[in-house]
Amino acid sequence: MRKLISVTLLLVIVMIAVFSVSHAMFGAEGARRTGGLREDGVNFGRRYNNRALDETGAANVVAAVVVSYRGFDTLGEVTVLFVAALGLGALLYGARREKNAKEREPASLIVFTGCRFLFPLVLLFGAYVLAHGHVTPGGGFQGGAIVASGFVLVYLGCRGTLPAGRLAAAESLSGLAFVVIGFIGLAVGGSFLLNFLPRGTPLALFSAGVIPVIYVAIGLKVGSELGGIIGNLAGEVSE
Amino acid sequence: MIVFQLFLVLVMVVAAVAAAAFKDLMNAVIACALVSLMASIIFYLLHAPDVAMAEASIGAGLTTAIFIFAINRTVRQEENEEAD
Amino acid sequence: MSFLEDYVHYGGCFALIMVGLYVVLVKSNLIKVIIGINLIDTGINLFLISAGYIRTGTAPIFSGAAQEPGKMVDPVPQALVLTAIVIGVSVLALALSLAIRLHGHYDTLDLRKIKELRW
Repeated sequence: MRKLISVTLLLVIVMIAVFSVSHAMFGAEGARRTGGLREDGVNFGRRYNNRALDETGAANVVAAVVVSYRGFDTLGEVTVLFVAALGLGALLYGARREKNAKEREPASLIVFTGCRFLFPLVLLFGAYVLAHGHVTPGGGFQGGAIVASGFVLVYLGCRGTLPAGRLAAAESLSGLAFVVIGFIGLAVGGSFLLNFLPRGTPLALFSAGVIPVIYVAIGLKVGSELGGIIGNLAGEVSE
Repeated sequence: MIVFQLFLVLVMVVAAVAAAAFKDLMNAVIACALVSLMASIIFYLLHAPDVAMAEASIGAGLTTAIFIFAINRTVRQEENEEAD
Repeated sequence: MSFLEDYVHYGGCFALIMVGLYVVLVKSNLIKVIIGINLIDTGINLFLISAGYIRTGTAPIFSGAAQEPGKMVDPVPQALVLTAIVIGVSVLALALSLAIRLHGHYDTLDLRKIKELRW
């Protein structure tokens, strides 16, 4: 009965959607075809594309939008990630050590040695993607996810335990660094998350003001947070 | 190029339907990872390389790992559909 | 053919959202429902990126010496989707931890049985 009602409802929605968008054009492609994208009026995309290199010095316009033009939204997103990791740690705290009755067999020698050899290389690659976020595609979130997958590799291959205390400390300090950089911008210029470091030449590593510093803080925070989430879910954490 | 994008979208939709239809939860999670992978390639073809990297590493890597750890601690098979 | 070129991405993401909605509405295993929520997330992210796509555009990155900013794709939906992907995975992790606690308490993940156990 529930299946029949829901399938009927979904088919009705599909019919309505197909009949309503039969000849409408939406999105940026539609705006390009039916009248042109206005230069600086309401179209923020065009404005950010034209002005990002001069105002912030970052070659990656998406990095400039995420950190500099819409930096407050990134702060909110970092807060959501922190609250989710907090909730997960609180929920899984009591149910941590019940399921260790069966002892798992250790991994074979080749897997063990290979994972131990690969782990610093994965961290190096993650750090490279983190630090070059304003020059090439990449940035804090992608590099943090790569660092977290390095932790998953250590847990699966070497059967190691993840140091939960140190990961939590790294996560908190990185989040604090992000907020402190925002407050320094407030003290120097008068607005939160102001770009107060010098702009430099584009496509260099030390350019684009405060954007690579914020990206390093975000990347460390996301990496240690996702590693902590994996450790809590797997149940193998050491204090 | 349009044939390639149509092929990717078809594989993505078929993998989503398979994720809904599998009874073994591990198979459904692997199908979900395939959906994320196809979405990541489509993101790259839509001129969004940052989003493609994020979706590939987070969607196809960490989400699968989180699901497998959760399935390890709970049930593995979906129960049969009774008349409801 | 032009119709196909315009609408293939929108059709794909719409199909993903419909399949995800079907899984959330009909299936009774809690982890299956969470997989459905993940499918809806992926579909919506694909829709946002497709809305910012221009056919003759390039990626919004200044590489090398000359890249004209007038032909670039819209960068604002990409920034929004970057945030949305990370928030999606964090919501997923929290939902799965709730599922693990439910299983520990009721010893089943079938939503029909958990609803009946309440009284």
